[in-house]
Amino acid sequence: MLTNRPLIAAHFWLAFIVFGVALVLGAWQMFVRSPLNAWHFNPEFYYRSVTAHGSAMGYVFPTLIAMGFGYAITEASLEKELIGRRWAWAGFLLVAVGAVVAMIPVSLGLASVLYTFYPPMVGNPFYYIGVVMVVVGSWIWVALMVTNFVIWKRENPGKPVPLAMYANVAGSLLWGWTAVGAALEILFQILPVALGLKSTIDAGLARVFFSWTLHAIVYFWLIPTYIAYYTIFPRAIGGRLFSDAMARISFILFVVVAMPIGVHHLFADPQVGAGFKFMHSVFTGLVALPTLLTVFTICASAEIASRLRGGRGAFGWIGALPWSNPIMLATALSLVMLGFGGAGGLINMSYQLDATVHNTQWITGHFHLIFGGAIVIMYFAIAYDLWPHLTGRALDSFGLMRTQLWLWFVGMIVTTFPWHYVGILGMPRRMAYYDYANPAVSPQAVSVTMSAIGGFILLLSGLLFLLVLIRGQFGARGEAGAYRFAVPLHMPARIPVALNSFGLWLALMVGLTVVNYGFPIAQLMALNETSVPAVYVGASR
Amino acid sequence: MASETDHSLGEAVAARVERRWATLSIIIVGLLVGMAAYIGIHQATMPQGRVETADPKTLHLSGEFIESNLGSEMQADGSVTVRAIGQQYSFTPQCIVVPAEMPITFRATSADVVHGFLIEGTNVNTMLVPGYVTDLPVRFKAAGDHVMPCQEFCGIGHQGMWGKVKVIDKAAFRDLAAAKRRLTCVD
Repeated sequence: MLTNRPLIAAHFWLAFIVFGVALVLGAWQMFVRSPLNAWHFNPEFYYRSVTAHGSAMGYVFPTLIAMGFGYAITEASLEKELIGRRWAWAGFLLVAVGAVVAMIPVSLGLASVLYTFYPPMVGNPFYYIGVVMVVVGSWIWVALMVTNFVIWKRENPGKPVPLAMYANVAGSLLWGWTAVGAALEILFQILPVALGLKSTIDAGLARVFFSWTLHAIVYFWLIPTYIAYYTIFPRAIGGRLFSDAMARISFILFVVVAMPIGVHHLFADPQVGAGFKFMHSVFTGLVALPTLLTVFTICASAEIASRLRGGRGAFGWIGALPWSNPIMLATALSLVMLGFGGAGGLINMSYQLDATVHNTQWITGHFHLIFGGAIVIMYFAIAYDLWPHLTGRALDSFGLMRTQLWLWFVGMIVTTFPWHYVGILGMPRRMAYYDYANPAVSPQAVSVTMSAIGGFILLLSGLLFLLVLIRGQFGARGEAGAYRFAVPLHMPARIPVALNSFGLWLALMVGLTVVNYGFPIAQLMALNETSVPAVYVGASR
Repeated sequence: MASETDHSLGEAVAARVERRWATLSIIIVGLLVGMAAYIGIHQATMPQGRVETADPKTLHLSGEFIESNLGSEMQADGSVTVRAIGQQYSFTPQCIVVPAEMPITFRATSADVVHGFLIEGTNVNTMLVPGYVTDLPVRFKAAGDHVMPCQEFCGIGHQGMWGKVKVIDKAAFRDLAAAKRRLTCVD
């Protein structure tokens, strides 16, 4: 029962338009920095493009997906209309206007600082103001998710909150708190300098604040994908969810341990001591736990579906899965990419191994495989699954969908595997071009060319995806019925309070963040003379 | 249609399988964290222990990062200290000379924005954050030439910020160090 269809459709459409534009930029970047391009071009355009690509793909696209999907989950799983429809539209407008406000200075070359900001470089203030508007818009969504959750619980005492909604609220709480790090950095450190009120900034402290956001934001991107694994995938292939309780535990683990691990991005930084780097390394290991639990539950759910269809044998059941179903295909390809990406993540988590790959193309390969691969392919699946319910029209170009998903998978592997490889060779990231004539660099040329070809395959797949959605807007009319989520194999009669609420987990989330970030932040704030002169970018001051 | 007992039996099996997997997952994670901790303690590849500061506004006027003090220096204890600075868009010294098979300490900082360097073909990889001093123990196994790119975005000239590292024979380095206090490749 989706009442606010235009609201949800607006989020998804804007998300995918932003994605399409950023994808074109990404493919262009892959091309210009590869040996396929002739030698000379203005490197400043490259950094403009990277700033736009990162800001769009990191801040705008997944945020809109989480918001739109969150509204859909609220209405479908709680079986009532969303409370706060006007606020939801206000949040959407803030995100949309914020994205435009941020992108104008970026496209003019006034804020080529990349989406990770990199103070003491400081760009045009409107870039940061736009990003803040996007975040504030998403915070309205966080407040709405919590409000709808609390009111439903009050109206339904003793009843378990549907898993999809519980996970959705977990994601919103995680985002609400993790965005605080970057918000502190922008509001108290960067914006005063960008507006000319101050001329110095503590770059080390800014990096610590940003790391608070930078890692957990990945789990915010990931939560819609995991919701799709748990609540869409088993239903779509005609099976049951193996375990409702384990699903809740996985989402709770993300809420609790996603935050106090961000310093693993600063392993090589001089402004954080060894002790806290070790603490964050350990917690980074812990965050692998919910993913290991998820992989098990999802594979078990797939086995149930297969055996219901007559699948036999220890491994024979895999062949009996409904492989022509796009959701089946997307989930399987997503799990393969999650496996490779997750293994890379476990390598990055240790200080010793990270030293060989820190800030090399390995890292670029790693997060493109996890986010662009495992996560985004499930965004496609969510859209395919939800579209008929939003448009009231059939979405039946299944062959095209399968081609699109396969192309995305192949493109992502062809892009990221050579990236990982040249990273091990020591190729640095974020460079507009490389001197392939240098004997030290020339062995990397073939791999970079392969990556660029992968980028073109991804572009083709992205265009096919948009084509499928557009065709869906003009398909045959047909009522898709109520939007449903997967039913667990054994529905527990009673759910422990801890698995149906967030009080304890919120306390742990904030507490652990304070424990793991409190001292490094306090130490840097107490240190004198660490503020350094700002370096203004793209401005003639 | 399954009977009530079948259902609760199935539930018990599901719970048991799930518990086993959860236990195995915890063991896997524990093992990985344990390995990292063990290697950190026993092979001393741990990050720098304490936070040191250096003011980029006065780097060139006083302190250990004045220009005449940059380069490789032989210490009384037989180790080598390399002092270097990163700035938009070069390193000083632009070419670093170090001995093979000797303990070396890199001490470096940034004069403007955030930089970093890695030495290709080695595990040397660190960040230079303005305001802070990076202190990194390293050891090169063999003589040879390496490129040393800046690996952190530092502005529109970032792609041109490549330094060099020349690793030379221990004895040859000692000869050079006897003649001059601070060494770079350009000497």
